[in-house]
Amino acid sequence: MCRIGALKSRHYLHPSKALLLMQSQQKGHDNSGFAMVMQDLGGRFADYKKLPTLSLACTDKGLEITRELLRATGFRRVQEWQPEVNPIPGLDIQALANYAFQTFDYPESYRHATDREKEDLLTDTRLALRAALEPGEEGFVYSFWPDVITLKEIGDPRAIGTYFNLWQEDEEFTAKLITAQCRQNTNYEIVRYAAHPFFMQGYTALANGENTFYQKNKEFQSNLHRGYIGFESDSQCFLYTLHYLHRELGWPLSTYKHVITPLPFEDAVKRPDHEQLLVMRQSLAHLEINGPNTIIGVLPDNTLFTCCDAKKLRPVVVGRDADTVAISSEVCGINEVLPERDWEADIYPNEREIVIINDTLEVQRWNQ
Amino acid sequence: MEPVKINDLACNDLPWKIAYDPERCTLCGSCIAACTFDAIGPRMERRRMIYSDSETPDPKTLFSARPVIDQQNVLKNYCRGCGVCERVCPNSAISALRNPDSRFQVVHQCATGTAPKRGGRNNLEVQSRTLDTLRVGRISQMTDPSLDAQRHTFDCLAPLGRILPAKSLPLQLNAEGQLTQGGSTPPVRWIYPVIIGDMSIGALSWRMWEAIAMAVAYLNEECGLPVRMCSGEGGMPVRLLKSRHLKYMILQIASGHFGWNRIIQAMPHMVEDPAGVLIKIGQGAKPGDGGLLMAAKVAEHIQAIRGVPKTDLLSPPNHQGLYSIEESVQKMFLSFNAAFKFRVPVAIKVAASATSVSVFNNLVRDPYNIVGGFFLDGIDGGTGAAHDISLDHTGHPSVSKLRDCYLAAVAQGRQGQIPLWAAGGLGKTGNLAADAFKMICLGANGVFSGKLILQMAGCLGNDLGRCNACNTGLCPAGITTQEPVLARRLDPERVAENIVNYFLGMDMDLRKLMAPIGNSALPVGRSDCLVSTDKAVADRLQVQHVC
Repeated sequence: MCRIGALKSRHYLHPSKALLLMQSQQKGHDNSGFAMVMQDLGGRFADYKKLPTLSLACTDKGLEITRELLRATGFRRVQEWQPEVNPIPGLDIQALANYAFQTFDYPESYRHATDREKEDLLTDTRLALRAALEPGEEGFVYSFWPDVITLKEIGDPRAIGTYFNLWQEDEEFTAKLITAQCRQNTNYEIVRYAAHPFFMQGYTALANGENTFYQKNKEFQSNLHRGYIGFESDSQCFLYTLHYLHRELGWPLSTYKHVITPLPFEDAVKRPDHEQLLVMRQSLAHLEINGPNTIIGVLPDNTLFTCCDAKKLRPVVVGRDADTVAISSEVCGINEVLPERDWEADIYPNEREIVIINDTLEVQRWNQ
Repeated sequence: MEPVKINDLACNDLPWKIAYDPERCTLCGSCIAACTFDAIGPRMERRRMIYSDSETPDPKTLFSARPVIDQQNVLKNYCRGCGVCERVCPNSAISALRNPDSRFQVVHQCATGTAPKRGGRNNLEVQSRTLDTLRVGRISQMTDPSLDAQRHTFDCLAPLGRILPAKSLPLQLNAEGQLTQGGSTPPVRWIYPVIIGDMSIGALSWRMWEAIAMAVAYLNEECGLPVRMCSGEGGMPVRLLKSRHLKYMILQIASGHFGWNRIIQAMPHMVEDPAGVLIKIGQGAKPGDGGLLMAAKVAEHIQAIRGVPKTDLLSPPNHQGLYSIEESVQKMFLSFNAAFKFRVPVAIKVAASATSVSVFNNLVRDPYNIVGGFFLDGIDGGTGAAHDISLDHTGHPSVSKLRDCYLAAVAQGRQGQIPLWAAGGLGKTGNLAADAFKMICLGANGVFSGKLILQMAGCLGNDLGRCNACNTGLCPAGITTQEPVLARRLDPERVAENIVNYFLGMDMDLRKLMAPIGNSALPVGRSDCLVSTDKAVADRLQVQHVC
């Protein structure tokens, strides 16, 4: 079972807060891994918000392959940070040799390129890197995008925190938006790529649950975009659908819920926009999800949202204080990070709702 | 002593033999009156009895004449094994027994120069069914909860109509960032995933057809199940064409175009659009063969509806206007779409064949987006009339072909754009919900069924050669006859009630299958929830093999 969480704040937060958020929920996950995506970065990455940062875990050979491929593509490295690690004997972690967070400038030929062209280059480069690192499992590339860092590892989240010094708060490794999940033991193979949050072109998604329409989603998505690959976890489908609707089709976030958990026909026909709801449902019937799920997502403008399946089979709770909003599978996680908040203002989203937290931390509840 | 006349027809040449017990028979005549085929009749038998009436043996002979019931040894009136005689006999004195040594096929052809014809079913492959080797095997357990078939809500509807890919939808963002619809999209009806298959008002008695129509109206208006029924080729009563109930009907056009003169004339007076138009290209029971309505069934009202004299009505094996598939798309589909001003989905029905995927690919790639459904009919489907050889030796099962078509769509990222509807012996074991559900998991959006509806009405035929006389117009159940006396054997209201009850039960059964896999919407293409105990089937259909 997964437990998921997200923190969005006016101030830069250290990942120790995310660990804290997740730790009290450990009965709900199985301590088999930790993964997080940090967006809107502070500290040593604060000055490079427009330039892409590569998040990589690899062998020495993988590091070499990556350097070669990026050099050949024309990327110029402007910063590199490798977290200092604590390889204390007995830590429950399957660590790789290298964890690199490298920031690059775009190739010279992209000086006058549009944002879209640059974004496509980043995605194609990430996909090429992934393919190049796959033989012999030389490494894992999780994200290559401006202002985004991803860390995933197999093991006990507490040990992973210790290994990467994440318990030690500092001001160099921070972000205003952190999404995290504590589990690696998916229903399928234990693969680092299977751990959510998943990230693609500014979109992040993580989920607590089971997507019983996984096969339908996967078969359909495989033909929609070259970047929709992997499918090591059924939760990747949530990211791809979000990306497809919002970026590829240009539809607003409000349509996400209508596509993944459409209204029952008898309710939809009563709505003034029923024709629109129907054409969306029929064209994207294979993106519908089923089974128990809660999803947390992030849009490229750092809007954070959460919603759940049509029967509210997996709950989620949103809590806040003046400066920080926390989303968590269980309220005990929020109690840890925001103990002084007004508990009565916590939101337990219902099955037909999306809760949205925009960049000014305004919390909106949209009824489907 | 009788001479042996080996070339005369004897009852042991025929497929069924009458078993008759004169000791139990009261000669009430019920069986003879009820037999629609005149396969039995009264006959006088000469009986010889030896008796003795003295104290010492003194054999004497007594001859007497006794009336008995006997089988007719005539090709025209051979017993079909329908068993009506047994049903009506108050003393259980008579029944029909299958003759395993029948020489019927040979003697019929030798005597008449024509091969036998029959209505009904494929009788050769009745041993095992692919669908019965499949089970719903992915049951929600600890990772995800099962749903509750009684308590939860389920969306059990399927589309009929062309569905555009999302990128082609006429949706734009307005200034407020809301999505608005700027143009029209092809018509799509969301209907119950089981369509009552295309049985014409000529093939069925008017009372049977009316019973189905009543059941459909009741299911829609009283039970909330949007079940649709297809007219079959041969039109329908003008009164119905002009009524609001037309919206529950799918109008079929086949190569004979029977009934369409009246449909076109009724168009200006229609108060509702029909649910759809189905262009029948082929039929699973007799692929490559056209429709066949024997003259015996072309009653006066059929002549009126179809505008024909009393004669054998043969639809050509092919549509006259269909020169190529491209032309078919442009001419037939476009003209039928245009006829109803692009408000009514137009679908195609073909017989499953080795070429089905090619046909499907051509249609799914059509640039006009006007093919609103691909109805695939398999070898186990029924027919009102066909030559034995077509029924027994042509055809293609629909299960693997349905799967092939779905996977062809998946490979192109076009799944769902042309809804797939499958048929061909579905519900043969009595449980249509199970068959429908498995076909849906293999990629069908829905299924259609005809023969099972006849079973609900009391059809006495089966797939083991019993009755199968739909072509004769002598249906002993009053279902496929135009003889007023026979048709009155059928109580339309009882039949309608049976159909309604069956559908209500089936609807609950569908939920009972959706609930354990944790799905509240139809699991179209969810082959992951099926398993097969047969390795060959599992490999062919790409589902998990279990043992």
